[in-house]
Amino acid sequence: MRDAQRVRGGTFRGSVLRVSPLPLSAEILLARAAAGLSRVVGAGGGTTVPGKLLWKLDPGAVDRLAARLPRGSALISATNGKTTTAAMVARILAPSVRLAHNRSGANLVSGVASALLAARDAELGLFEVDEAALPEVARRLKPRAVSLGNLFRDQLDRYGELELLAERWRATVQKLPAEAVLVVNGDDPQVGDLVSERPRSTVFGLDDPRHASAELQHAADSKWCVRCGTAYVYAAAYIGHLGDYRCPACAHSRPLLHVRAREVELHGLDSVSFDLVTPEGTRRVELGVPGLYNVYNALAAAALGRALGASLEEVQAGLQGFSAAFGRFERIPIGERSLLVLLIKNPAGANEVVRTLLTGTPPRLLLVALNDEIADGRDVSWIWDVDLEPLLGGLERLIASGERAAELALRFKYAGLPVQAIEVVPSLEEALDRGLELTAPGEALVALPTYTAMLGLRDLVARRGFVKPYWEAAA
Amino acid sequence: MKIVVGHLFPDYLNIYADRGNIAVLERRAAWRGHDLEVRALEPGDGLEAGEHDLYYVGGGQDREQELIAPALAAMGEALKAAVTGGAAALAVCGGYQLFGHFYRDRSGDELPGAGLLPLHTVAGERRMIGDVLLECEFEPGHPRRTLAGFENHAGRTYLDEGAVPLGRVLAGFGNDGVSGHEGCRAGRVIGTYLHGPLLPRNPWLADWLLAQALAHRTGDSTQLAPLEDELEAEAHAVSAGRARSRGGRF
Repeated sequence: MRDAQRVRGGTFRGSVLRVSPLPLSAEILLARAAAGLSRVVGAGGGTTVPGKLLWKLDPGAVDRLAARLPRGSALISATNGKTTTAAMVARILAPSVRLAHNRSGANLVSGVASALLAARDAELGLFEVDEAALPEVARRLKPRAVSLGNLFRDQLDRYGELELLAERWRATVQKLPAEAVLVVNGDDPQVGDLVSERPRSTVFGLDDPRHASAELQHAADSKWCVRCGTAYVYAAAYIGHLGDYRCPACAHSRPLLHVRAREVELHGLDSVSFDLVTPEGTRRVELGVPGLYNVYNALAAAALGRALGASLEEVQAGLQGFSAAFGRFERIPIGERSLLVLLIKNPAGANEVVRTLLTGTPPRLLLVALNDEIADGRDVSWIWDVDLEPLLGGLERLIASGERAAELALRFKYAGLPVQAIEVVPSLEEALDRGLELTAPGEALVALPTYTAMLGLRDLVARRGFVKPYWEAAA
Repeated sequence: MKIVVGHLFPDYLNIYADRGNIAVLERRAAWRGHDLEVRALEPGDGLEAGEHDLYYVGGGQDREQELIAPALAAMGEALKAAVTGGAAALAVCGGYQLFGHFYRDRSGDELPGAGLLPLHTVAGERRMIGDVLLECEFEPGHPRRTLAGFENHAGRTYLDEGAVPLGRVLAGFGNDGVSGHEGCRAGRVIGTYLHGPLLPRNPWLADWLLAQALAHRTGDSTQLAPLEDELEAEAHAVSAGRARSRGGRF
């Protein structure tokens, strides 16, 4: 929690020095060549092509590449907020450290391998890691810091049940290198309880009951005490089951917070500001992205940045310089109109997108795109657990798109939207054109795509020249 | 006419969008001019004879199922009496397992069941996950109908000798991955692993349940007016296609 370098106020001076560089194997050189080739043939920038190749040729090469990083690696995992948190940490560290960072969200072992291959002179590895891939990535990279944000039900078809994932995380935490720093979200009962495995942890959380919901949301998953099974009592529930909880039977409760947000002010769709309270002092942070969930992301980024040696000033400056991560509340100008892209991928995350949208003028037109590829989750039942009903107030037209457009249309139909207000347009391109056609000049078309639909939409606007392809976009 | 649905333990068993099933029952009743009231049933609640026309129980994660199994089992006799009195029931996934005789987990411990369906479930190693398509024949001579959904279960469910499955598996795993059967039907009680949720893309089953519930309420068999189900049919077709192209099998 208190490492000597940071207290002296330095940044990264005297960071743990890793083993001297090992010779690069032929496999690594080959995989690097594949990245260039993939880009040349236009196969999507080769985000994971070289990593997949390397992973196949020589899995141990990932360990060796990581071991070459002089300042080690930091890992970020969570159901929601991985990409944004990692982008925030990158912003905090980037002025002083060269990073290997999987910024486009390719977060399996192969994505980490690709980022390692691409950043040849990197000093520090900064990786968002898929929840289920965390045990393997941690075992191979031997990280010096790990940030664990939240666990919500997400892609049960792929991850299995939440409990199982939480158990694997616990085992991973137990096996971390002795000197590694653990950063956890204390507001999540399952995640917060991991501090019991590692007394030297940094705990972050929200401390502003004015923003608590009136009751636990439908998407609250960890409602029962992790120790004894009794229902938690919440002094404040912020997002899903995240909040200030206490078990009335065995008194298990939210751990003490080291890094907190107080005096949170939400400014509609534009921004949010809060007091960042740390053991080193308090700073007001003006964040250029909206919503309570981004306060959680910023807290995770601040706590991890701090664990990696960043000063409070660097943390504040990094957070304030941050703009939206890839496809997460991203505004893309399209001629006289714009496209506002808000990724949705599970009930808890989508609820926050809805809540944030409603802090502005409720949209009259929505493009929602539901795909069911592996990265989206093949089981689409989760859309029925999202609280979409509050959107219906102002909604005049829904364009339902993606491979499961009809299922999505049913979700809105049974929520009470008249069938006449629903257009089913499975093709993303046709749906985008239709949406833009219905959008007045100067207005934004609000699009809520699942992961692969988001990539598809971005690809479409990139091909039309409105945004850089993602492998060229800066974090 | 007002239909009353008893929703069993919604705080514990609601993992696979079970409220989607409830929403479909509510809307499809309302579109025919019937009120439908959902009453949550909590552990320890008594059941008044004839109060509910339809019972619904959803799925939960292992932990929630463990927490709630004894309460559901304790309600077993009262539920049986209600069903004998003409009420219908739909149990999905975890609720389906707990409607049987028992559920045996991997360490050999048994969770008690409510005993409404003639079956038992044993936890297996590999989860059965994927899209499923079934063919059902509720009444001999009537045209066969299909159900499309998604399954995700480690439990292998075994029907008692002579018990009737809900349907024949056209694609996907089903009860145990080998029998070719999915779900179970005992009179007006239906259990199935299919979620997705089940009813939006399979409206004929929602209407069948509503018809049973109305018959219980009125004492007469009721004909439900047909509805415009174009979106439902499209969603069903996509889901059925998914099962055919990528449904699971051992």
